[in-house]
Amino acid sequence: MKRTWQVVEVSAVRPETARARTVRLRFPDAVVGVPGQHVDLRLTAEDGYQAVRSYSVAAWVPPRELELTVEELDDGEVSPFLVGVLSVGDQLEVRGPVGGWFTWTPDLAGPLQLIAGGSGVVPLMAMLRSHSEARSAAPTRLLYSVRSPEHVFYRGELAVIEQEDTQVMIDIAYSREAPDGQRVGRLTHEAVTASCFPPADAPAIYICGSTGFVEAVAAWLVEDGHDAGRIRTERYGG
Amino acid sequence: MAIPTSGFTGRRQNRDADLPPGQYLTDSFPVLSAGPTPHVLLADWTFRIDAGAGEAHQWTWDQLQALPQEDITTDIHCVTHWSKLGTRWRGVSLDTLFEDVESDAEYTMVHSYGGYTTNVPLDDLLDGKAWIVHEFDGEPLAPAHGGPARLLVPHLYFWKSAKWVNGIRLMEQDLPGFWETNGYNMYGDPWREERYW
Repeated sequence: MKRTWQVVEVSAVRPETARARTVRLRFPDAVVGVPGQHVDLRLTAEDGYQAVRSYSVAAWVPPRELELTVEELDDGEVSPFLVGVLSVGDQLEVRGPVGGWFTWTPDLAGPLQLIAGGSGVVPLMAMLRSHSEARSAAPTRLLYSVRSPEHVFYRGELAVIEQEDTQVMIDIAYSREAPDGQRVGRLTHEAVTASCFPPADAPAIYICGSTGFVEAVAAWLVEDGHDAGRIRTERYGG
Repeated sequence: MAIPTSGFTGRRQNRDADLPPGQYLTDSFPVLSAGPTPHVLLADWTFRIDAGAGEAHQWTWDQLQALPQEDITTDIHCVTHWSKLGTRWRGVSLDTLFEDVESDAEYTMVHSYGGYTTNVPLDDLLDGKAWIVHEFDGEPLAPAHGGPARLLVPHLYFWKSAKWVNGIRLMEQDLPGFWETNGYNMYGDPWREERYW
């Protein structure tokens, strides 16, 4: 972990959806971290004006790279720049990776329950990728709530992980528009219960999304009998 | 040494605001917490100061409400980089709650329903610097924001303003609380950018 600001270079960008893209950053030296952590980005204008924001790490690409996935916010100051302007070869400053709570590592053997609302899937994707790369034996489920099929991040890779990693089950719930034959509508308590390990399995639960989403889902899981001490949350935006 | 980021101009929203370094202004009120929101009934609520050597002071909800109430308008700063200006709260000064507490301890651990903890030096809780608040913007404090009552220590990063607060334990030595053991600074001064470690 680095306390100080480091200059990193954008080594690749690729679109995830019409309003989100993944940015790969190359560090000067090896960068070490764990799934679920975030970094602070600092952008500086020519006249010295600075803006700092935190973004979850989506992927670790040892030894020197990591990826962030950024969704453009309507009233954002930094996200429209990261999604629409930043180019390969550009430099920016990074501090971190940081965070020691909303993290998961493949040495944890117990069942892993991931629940994402929209762009909240980003740190959970880092966990899922790490699970597959390490061939973790931890039974894992991802419940990913998203507005419509066009808003799904990592669609192709999620399909591959579900097919190749026999320990992983993925449920995508569509709130506004669904592919043919799939249920559409806001996530319900019943749907969450049905897509999660039961309390008897004592899963480690990670929920990430908007405040309303996290509040609702966490409250349902506690109501179902899950131990509040096993539920970790991270909230986006606000 | 800062390097310019090609093509970044920024929106300059906080040019005229006096903000700590690395902070941006928000008009909304983001919610950050490590786990599910505890829901505490007022009838069950208590707040306790544990001064060590068996000395404890405890208040029920009604007893807290019977104490002198203060209205506080203050800026707040979250370690995740947002700041919110002119927030309005109502509650009881820690000076009031510590009036009869005898102790030489210099450090405190703040405890919450749900198990959260955070450490704050005692000096940072006294002399009009901290409150137990139960109203925000003229309304009862919502559970997601720490209701029924939270600590408010506006001169430190907001993770020190423990939600769902239920007690303060005096300590002879400084010890890390929840976020402090998970990578955050032991003190957390926003003006010195004491975010991590």
